Amino acid sequence: MLDWLSDNRALIAAALIILILVTFIISIVIGKRQTRLRAKDEVFGDPQRTRGGWYWALCGVCSILLIWFYFSWGVGRAYFPQAANEMCQIAKLDEAVSPIAASLPISSRYFKSTLLVARNSDQLVRLQSTLPQDAFTEAEQTELNELIDQTRQLIVNSSNPENLNQEAQAQLLDLSAQINELSAELRGGYDNFTPTEEALAQPKWGVTTTEIPILPTTSKGMLFDQVAASAESIASSFVKVRNKIPANDTLIADIKERISVLKEANEAGSFDERTAETRNAYVKSVDRIFKRLDDGLIFPAESLGVVNTAMTDLESAKQEARGSLGIIDAIFFPGAGVVKSKTQCTEQGSARWLPKPTDVVATFGQLANPDVEGGGGYRGFPLLWWKWLPVADVVGFLTPDWIADVWPGEYARHAADGTIEPNTKDKILAFAQGETDLGSIPMLDGHIWDSLFRVLVALFLGIVLGVPLGLFMGVSKFFKSFFDPLIELYRPVPPLAWAPLILTIFGIKDDGKIFLLFMVAFAIMVISARTGASGTQLSKIRAAHSLGSTDRQIMWNVIFPNALPEILTGIRIAIGVCWGTLVAAEMLAGTTGVGFIENIARTVSDYELIWVTILIMGILGLLFDLMMRWVIDKTIPWRGKG
Amino acid sequence: MADLVCNELNMTFTNPQTGDAVEALKNINFNLSKGELLSVLGPSGCGKTTLLNLLAGFLNPTSGEASLGGKHIDGPGVERGMVFQQGALFEWLTVSKNVDYGLRMKKTDAATRKELVEKWLDIVGLQGFGDTPTYQLSGGMQQRVALARCLVNDPDVILMDEPLGALDALTREKMQSLVLELWKETGKTIMIITHSVEEALLLGERLFVMAPRPGRIHKEYRLPFAERGLSESLRDIKQDSHFGEVREEILTMIWNMEEEIMGRA
Repeated sequence: MLDWLSDNRALIAAALIILILVTFIISIVIGKRQTRLRAKDEVFGDPQRTRGGWYWALCGVCSILLIWFYFSWGVGRAYFPQAANEMCQIAKLDEAVSPIAASLPISSRYFKSTLLVARNSDQLVRLQSTLPQDAFTEAEQTELNELIDQTRQLIVNSSNPENLNQEAQAQLLDLSAQINELSAELRGGYDNFTPTEEALAQPKWGVTTTEIPILPTTSKGMLFDQVAASAESIASSFVKVRNKIPANDTLIADIKERISVLKEANEAGSFDERTAETRNAYVKSVDRIFKRLDDGLIFPAESLGVVNTAMTDLESAKQEARGSLGIIDAIFFPGAGVVKSKTQCTEQGSARWLPKPTDVVATFGQLANPDVEGGGGYRGFPLLWWKWLPVADVVGFLTPDWIADVWPGEYARHAADGTIEPNTKDKILAFAQGETDLGSIPMLDGHIWDSLFRVLVALFLGIVLGVPLGLFMGVSKFFKSFFDPLIELYRPVPPLAWAPLILTIFGIKDDGKIFLLFMVAFAIMVISARTGASGTQLSKIRAAHSLGSTDRQIMWNVIFPNALPEILTGIRIAIGVCWGTLVAAEMLAGTTGVGFIENIARTVSDYELIWVTILIMGILGLLFDLMMRWVIDKTIPWRGKG
Repeated sequence: MADLVCNELNMTFTNPQTGDAVEALKNINFNLSKGELLSVLGPSGCGKTTLLNLLAGFLNPTSGEASLGGKHIDGPGVERGMVFQQGALFEWLTVSKNVDYGLRMKKTDAATRKELVEKWLDIVGLQGFGDTPTYQLSGGMQQRVALARCLVNDPDVILMDEPLGALDALTREKMQSLVLELWKETGKTIMIITHSVEEALLLGERLFVMAPRPGRIHKEYRLPFAERGLSESLRDIKQDSHFGEVREEILTMIWNMEEEIMGRA
């Protein structure tokens, strides 16, 4: 069942989208009608004015979902499940011809030769004007000037169509013809193509970690795949074509000779350090430009025109063959489309970081599956499940080992026959270390529980220690003045600023995080209990006094209930802050927890997982708050009515 | 002998900022016998509430002594019950939990508590309200709870600090009758602080008019109206010509005191 749901995400999305769209339209219609009915008696400033209106809430939820479905390509995948695969094949062609296109105006504005001519000429001019007069002798300067002029002549010769290397000319014409054949192939249609068995056996789009199946699954895709394969070999021939012209041969030999003479002079001559450096650097830069031109990468513009024309034609053939896919791409796949890298095709733009809603649900389903061996959970640990917890572990955790140490007597020693007979002291130690068998109790388990556990323990400790202290601080000058500086010094520091220190001291296990959260909860509880206690009406305390209460009875029967609303509000705030701090603390260190999952998901750019953890945290935070609101309503109905 | 006695009572407050001393009470002497009903009246700032707080034991006098039944007063105690202007009820408790608060503090057993609570709720006219949360009660009913809460402890003296000040006129009149009834039925010594002349006349067998700066007892009356109020309608008493005369006399007196303060200021 789950697998079927997982495999048919696109189908489910298609049904959902229609449902959402219909709901969206109906809610608008109802909303419109309600607005028309109420328009006459509505008055600004009436607090009842904004109450109700479930249809607008529905409308809002629907529009968020629709936006999500659209920008994550959920709509595109639902209704055009083959589109991404075809776009991938086109991306293959784009990737294959990119070496050719990059040296032509078709994708770079200028011919690569034009850019080379411009850049090298500029550098030669600059080099000539910055000839260091004091480092070279008059003769050498003349020599260098001639050398640079000769180098420039290389550019001039290469650019001249009359000098064009015949072999290169033939190669370029041949490649253009091959490109034209590709265009013809694209225009020939894809009726004769059928996808291979292997391609059809690929997992569906988005079902596995491989985003888009890379082998073509449609005839159109097959066509592009084949064209891309041919284009790849054309491109590799293209990058090997060189314009080595005979007119440059003697010139190149001469320049080489002159440069080596200059280099020798540099090494032989005894110059001071700075001059030597200047000379070497100058000769080297002349040499560098020469070597660049020696490569034969400059072609006359006319000779490349034919390739450019062929490529332009290929591009338009590609657009024609793409057909309706182009429109679908533009409308249903917002963002930068599909890009083929070395081994895979990936979604680009919003579709990349905004996973499809159905994928998020599927990822959640996988995480929530308690069958860890069967691939559920995360990193061998379920999301939220239960396990048997040995009671001895709990007892051992709560019982300190020193109880055994202070017990009278000595620990057992091995006897002469090599046996050890444990005595009472040993048994107590075993008990304190949780090594006795006391049976097991069912206990929650999993990443979510680990996070919850940390928050709840810290919160519990914060309440148990913070509330009494806060109450005393609210009524006693000693407690207030003694503890105020301590608490006010650590409280304003953001909890995360404490995290590196505390996690270093306590280690990455639970205790560090619990202590960090305890610090947060404690300060909040102290302050809220204190505010509540000090806000007790004097007349209530006096009434209690004259009814015969002792100070302790007043503390428990009057001041505590009086502070209860503030304390509960404090708990509500503390839960929220602890939750926020916890996730950050788990990101810093740890091996379990919701924050840990998100942190790992971040390092591997698993956007679905990131969104799932965000949603889990949001929902749990909301549940906490709803629970506290319910508790507040139930326990302190008198609030604000005293 | 459970007389409430004040002997040369002085109270001076020192302003902690300026160091100025204010004589809140000066040379207060009186003797209130058991079962007497005393009302205390005076312009604001004359030290009425300070006097009450001294007698309740919330404050210690600068000099002089207050005692109840020969026992020196130095702290609050159950023998001196208090009723405050705004109920000062514990709003997190129900009516009966409020009423038996004092008994619970004394660890009285549950059966006795239940019996006493029912008895007193009955007397103050709150039968059947035992389980109602106090925040759901009207102002008058809350004051009835406060009275029951105080009386259930069986105090020797009941000190009331403007107990009916926050009530509307109609409820107030009903509550005045209730106070008179309680006085008669229980025979308790009652001291009522009020700022209403009519109330002071109606609820005072004895009446102190206090004057400010320094706070002192300016004039004392002995009045028949409280006694009459037990059998006659309070509204009839208010129509009485003697009642009217005393009222006018006291009003003039207080008016003059206020004028004097304004003039001096």
